[in-house]
Order: sequence, then C-alpha cells, then structure tokens
Amino acid sequence: MIIDPGMKTPLKKVKGFGSAKSGTDHFWQQRATAVANLPLMLFMVAFVLWHLGSSRADIIASLHHPFVALLLIMGLASACWHMRLGLQVVIEDYLHSHLLKFSALALNIAVATTLFAVSAYSILKMSFAN
Amino acid sequence: MAENKQAAKPGRPLSPHLQIYRPMLSMTMSIMHRATGVALYAGSILLVWWFAAAAHSDAYFDLVQAFFGHWFGRLVLFGFTWALIHHAIGGIRHFIWDMGQGFKLTTVEWMVRANLVGSIVLTILLWVIAYGVKS
Repeated sequence: MIIDPGMKTPLKKVKGFGSAKSGTDHFWQQRATAVANLPLMLFMVAFVLWHLGSSRADIIASLHHPFVALLLIMGLASACWHMRLGLQVVIEDYLHSHLLKFSALALNIAVATTLFAVSAYSILKMSFAN
Repeated sequence: MAENKQAAKPGRPLSPHLQIYRPMLSMTMSIMHRATGVALYAGSILLVWWFAAAAHSDAYFDLVQAFFGHWFGRLVLFGFTWALIHHAIGGIRHFIWDMGQGFKLTTVEWMVRANLVGSIVLTILLWVIAYGVKS
C-alpha cells in the first residue's frame, strides 16, 4: 500500500507541537484549572465569609485543621496558575514590542508564583502555629 | 513592529477589528469576561495581603481589617466579589461552548443575559449573607 506523502500528518502535529512549541497544553491547563477553581473558590469565599467578624486567633484555629489549610492552598495554587495563563494571553494579544512583551510575560510568572508562595507560606505558618 | 510595516505600506487592507462591528451584548460580555479576569488578578493581591497579615501579627492584621472595614475597602471588596462571580459564571458558559453545546443564537443570548443578571443577583445575595454573618 502506497501512502500519499501529502496525506501524512506532519510530525509537529503528531507530537502536538505547533508554532508555540507547546501544542494545546496552555488551553488544557486553562480549562483544567478553571474546573478546579469552581469548588475551590467556593470554599475560599465560604472561608472568608465565615471569618468576617473573627479575630486573628479564630482564623488560626480554623487553619489548624489540615483539610481547611490544604483546600485553601490548593485553591490558591489553582487560581494563581489560572490567572498566570489568563494574563499571558492578554499580554500576547496587546503587547507587540519584543522587549515589552517578554518583560511582561516574565513579570506575570514572577507575580503569580510570588502571590502563591506568600499565601501558601502564610497559611502553613498559621496552620502549624501553636 | 507591526505598526511600522503598516506605515511603510499605506492603503493596504486591514482585517476588520472591534470598531467595525455594531456593539452587541454577547460581544460586551466577552470583553467583560476578560476584564473581570484581569481585575481578579489585581484582586488576588488583596486576598494574599489578608492571609499574609493574619500570619504576621495582631497589629498588622487589625490594620488590614480596618482597611476592608472602611467604606472604600468595602467598595473594592464588593467589586472583587462581583468580578469573581461574573467570571465564574462566564467560565461555565465558555465551558458549555467548549463541549460543543449552546451555539444556537437564542441560547447564546439567553446565556449572556443569565450571566449578567446571575452575577448581580448572586453578588447582592452574598453580601446580604455576609452582613448577616457579621451581625
């Protein structure tokens, strides 16, 4: 059987790589974190709502429960990754000068990961506090 | 760079952009989805600030709580919750489209209206509950 070379799927497509060299990875990660965000942000809002009138000691007491601390950290991880992916698309759409675009893309990752690190550290610190 | 090329070759056709189309609710809501997303990025800094303050000390936590208790802080939080709910419902809407469903024009129009009305109703409901919890 002779296969017409014109009908062959290009190797880059087989590997899932397009011009961005990452295939549909960005799209899938955006969707996966979006789905994860729904229950996790619901929990986050409930936590904040629950502690509106609370003292700092009350918040720390709640965070002592591992499920509470873990769900909040997972929510922040998912949300920070989701917003990093989202703002990346906005930057790519509106910034066209190379220097500005790549600076903004790098800054976006730096800000998102820093926000996650600071909040995760804060929650763990309170969760492990006496 | 793109701008320079266009300037060098005047009169070349451009692909139609936003200003060429009649503004429609579905288009506005698409823009709102992106705008709320960017706003939530900024808002997340407030949430992280709140967690960091709680981890830091009583004095600093009181300062941050005082900011969120102030009318201006409340207004920012109100916008934050609305943006979150609006973006969440918009996300569900986009997810339905990703599944290849809901492309009928009447369905699209119904969903964007439900998105807008739902986000406002749920935000007000959330704040009524919030004030109920506090008092």
